[in-house]
Amino acid sequence: MADLPPALSGFWVTFRTMFQKVVTEQYPEQAAKYPPKPRFHGRHQLNRHPDGLEKCVGCELCAWACPADAIYVQGAANVEGDRHSPGERYGRVYQINYLRCIFCAMCIEACPTRALTMTHEFDLADHSREVLIYEKDQLLAPLTENMVAPPHAMVAGTTEKDYYEGKVTGATTEQREEVAHREEAEEADEVVDAEASS
Amino acid sequence: MTAQAEGEAADTDLVHAFIDGQPVSVPKGTLIIRAAEQVGVEIPRFCDHPLLDPVAACRQCLVEVEGMPKPQPACALYVSEDMKVKTQDTSTEAEVAQKGVMEFLLANHPLDCPVCDKGGECPLQNQAMTAGRTTSRYTLPKRTFPKPINVSAQVLLDRERCVNCQRCTRFADEIAGDPLIDLMERGAEQQIGIGEEPFDSYFSGNTIQICPVGALTSADYRFKARPFDLVSVPTTCEHCASGCATRTDWRHESVERRYAWEDPAVNEDWNCDKGRFAFKYLSENRLTTPLVREDGQLRKASWPEALRIVAARLAQAGSRSAVVTGGRLSLEDAYAYGRFARTDLGTDNIDFRTRPTSQEEQDFLASRVAGTAGPTYADLEAAPTVLLVGFEPEEESPIVYLRLRKAVRKHGMRVFSIAPFASEGLEKLSGELLATVPGSEAATLRSLPDDVAKELRADGAMILVGERLAQSQGGLSAAVALSEQTGASLAWIPRRAGERGSLDAGAISGLLPGGRPITDAAARQEVAKVWGIEALPETPGLNLAGIIAAIAADEAGAAAAEDSEEEYERSIEALILAGVDVSDVAEPAALQRAIDDAPFVVALDIRPTEVTAAADVVFPVATVAEKSGTFVDWEGRRRPFAITFPETQMFSDATVLSLIADNLDHDPAPRNVPALRAEIEALGAWAGERPDVPQVPAPPASPAGDNQTAVLATWRLLLDLGVTQEGAPYLAATRRPSVARISAATAAGLGIGEGDPVRVGSQTGSITLPVAVTEMPDGIVWVPTNSPDSRVTESLGVGAGATVSLSRPTDLTEGA
Ligand code: SF4
Ligand code: SF4
Ligand code: SF4
Ligand code: SF4
Ligand code: FES
Repeated sequence: MADLPPALSGFWVTFRTMFQKVVTEQYPEQAAKYPPKPRFHGRHQLNRHPDGLEKCVGCELCAWACPADAIYVQGAANVEGDRHSPGERYGRVYQINYLRCIFCAMCIEACPTRALTMTHEFDLADHSREVLIYEKDQLLAPLTENMVAPPHAMVAGTTEKDYYEGKVTGATTEQREEVAHREEAEEADEVVDAEASS
Repeated sequence: MTAQAEGEAADTDLVHAFIDGQPVSVPKGTLIIRAAEQVGVEIPRFCDHPLLDPVAACRQCLVEVEGMPKPQPACALYVSEDMKVKTQDTSTEAEVAQKGVMEFLLANHPLDCPVCDKGGECPLQNQAMTAGRTTSRYTLPKRTFPKPINVSAQVLLDRERCVNCQRCTRFADEIAGDPLIDLMERGAEQQIGIGEEPFDSYFSGNTIQICPVGALTSADYRFKARPFDLVSVPTTCEHCASGCATRTDWRHESVERRYAWEDPAVNEDWNCDKGRFAFKYLSENRLTTPLVREDGQLRKASWPEALRIVAARLAQAGSRSAVVTGGRLSLEDAYAYGRFARTDLGTDNIDFRTRPTSQEEQDFLASRVAGTAGPTYADLEAAPTVLLVGFEPEEESPIVYLRLRKAVRKHGMRVFSIAPFASEGLEKLSGELLATVPGSEAATLRSLPDDVAKELRADGAMILVGERLAQSQGGLSAAVALSEQTGASLAWIPRRAGERGSLDAGAISGLLPGGRPITDAAARQEVAKVWGIEALPETPGLNLAGIIAAIAADEAGAAAAEDSEEEYERSIEALILAGVDVSDVAEPAALQRAIDDAPFVVALDIRPTEVTAAADVVFPVATVAEKSGTFVDWEGRRRPFAITFPETQMFSDATVLSLIADNLDHDPAPRNVPALRAEIEALGAWAGERPDVPQVPAPPASPAGDNQTAVLATWRLLLDLGVTQEGAPYLAATRRPSVARISAATAAGLGIGEGDPVRVGSQTGSITLPVAVTEMPDGIVWVPTNSPDSRVTESLGVGAGATVSLSRPTDLTEGA
């Protein structure tokens, strides 16, 4: 084959390839068949403590570390009746701009509370710029069985430290009741509002 | 020793030493840490602060000094001849000592930087990196405290983070004179704390700024931002005539905090809490579009429409117009108003003093203050004696108070005050009171005790007069006479930041820019040349009182003319009001009536007010954050500030005026700050003759009050109901409580005691406040001018020196 004229050797490569195994993945039809690699950097997630409180303390270290200036955070103080995380401080505003993010994971390294990690979600495409700025509610990890949605109090008798030492394992009855009460009251308010406006 | 002698001594009294082998020559009495800075060696430190006395509390600055057995604190040891100092850069001993201290400091430190507001600008973070170990060897449980606690409504203390450097306590004690926080307990439990009273000092915010860790933080700024988010702009505080250099930190078109900026000649490193925390008004409740009145209602309008209406009406009114500005304008804007009035309207009816004033004050300002360079902070600090007349430095010009306190502490300055009682501020200055019934200031000035008069003859003595003296007939004349007799220099210290600039800019009738009398042909010519016009009004126009009177007279004349079906020629057809609050003047009702009666009213303001509600056309204007400009402090020193929000859409007052001039088809007026500054510079100060000083005699002694009446004493507190303090709840919570002060005998006469309510009444209304029995002459009652439950102008409609009624509120109910 070495003696083939150069023009033909090119054709030969093409011809030979036709019989090789196809590497093209059928997306999105067969997406599930080819999951990303375990350490793939996908969309971010804001994690929760086992009782549902947020891990993010609004410290802005992720925003500081980000080389692309993709993160915007504004902290606020947890107050009696409006607690989102254990301790004094939580992230009131949390946004990641996926038009800027380069998925380098510097933010993940910076996060002191392991609040920020990355998922395998990679299909971040859309029709407008605004929708690609993800807000906190889009980034927060879904609630599991054991969790209830903040704001709610910390597990009675625990400190911030107990949360970090893994001593809190799930929402207590007290916390569930608190949240149920709040949600009921909110629904009642909505009904009143709806009646008032109709 | 005078300042000059000190300077000479410094030249001859140099000591020579070596720091890390480098030779240094410094004046005797220089600390090692300062000398090291001069040769570029930075020794780590926490407790050291150049403006506080050394304590060597933190031990972070240990250095090796040849001949001394142990490492020495560089912040507390003075350089001596031939001293050989080795810092962490050249000495292992020093380095090991510093690392050891840092390890101890961190042993109990929570290291919760992520939730700490100091994170990112923390000396402890930085120095732990330069002088600390990479890992911690301390594994035992740390000491913990509940956190944070409030030392005042606006200062939060996290005791876990405190490194016990005592900067805060030393500041409160040495600088502010409010030793309300102190070091308590011992050993590991050592902590900062308060006693019974909260740390409600007017200067408390400075401790937040100088705390080298995140132990003291601001309730207002809590968790709002990180230093790297913030854009910092050098600004000048707009709240008083002290002229503090400040730094405004903002993000997302919102001011997040203000810090004191260093200016050794003015505010040193400090500012007051008003300057630090009162900035919400910049963004809340703003006017954003022009408004015009149609069928009795104000509606939104476009700029061209509003400008056309105003131009048409002003063209008709011409010199029958008047301009009143509110004393908060920048130099450039005030200048633009003065220029607009004289060139575009052809009138001299203008006044910036929306407060109780007098003709005597106007004459005093024209003869002694406008366009002059008076004594400075440095002169104040060096003065052996200072006489305060109708002036409460702590309430009205806090940095003046801090300078006085510094001088009292450092060289025993004597402070005398002509006032009805010794205020808290005067007591902190160890001042001596020359107790005076409001209205009798002139009499006191003219018959000073011999020792005071003698002290005032000393080199560098000063007399400081406040805006309140304008309300006391003959007071300013007597102050000038005293200054001339004794040789003591005289300084007028207004309250608002824009007053001195407005005066120098000529926003007052009878005075052109730079203190030029309008009656002087040469002065008029100088100004006309720069303004490119033929002629200026030759006689002084009306001041605020004159404008109000003229409108009232017009109204009466018009009513009379209507009866006889004649045309009435008004003297004021159009009134332009800029940043005026009706309640600022002594008789708000009269001003409000004038605004209601004036045929055409234009208001320029940042927010809706009673004035804008009554105006025919309203223009929104820029706040200090939306424009650049200059304030002129009480010294006459220019204090320029940069624009905070460069992308703003708002126009400054000067720009709006130039747009009106365009619509009048007049020659273009300077529209932006550089152009205005160039004109102001070109004009400079007046070198010619000045009007005579006022010679108003002291009024005859008024009978002191009896049991039913009293003479009213009143002044504004630093933190009160001022509109620029709106939206700052933590600041408001540190206000001094509103009380009515009367003497023990007056209280006894009324049959009431400490804390009981007393009713202060006038023709128009009354104020009821709890009594604070105070050492003061009988027959006087003092209430704050504009504090909660005590709005003197609105309720009483009179100023200081008026006679008011005093009663027990229960008397009324019994009678009813
Ligand atoms: S992954 Fe990188 S670019 Fe994206 S937000 Fe994090 S730090 Fe910024
Ligand atoms: S995600 Fe982590 S690093 Fe970012 S603000 Fe929250 S706690 Fe801080
Ligand atoms: S609170 Fe701050 S300034 Fe005060 S002693 Fe502690 S560390 Fe020093
Ligand atoms: S002293 Fe005056 S100029 Fe300084 S911060 Fe306070 S209000 Fe502003
Ligand atoms: S800086 Fe010297 S002991 Fe604190």
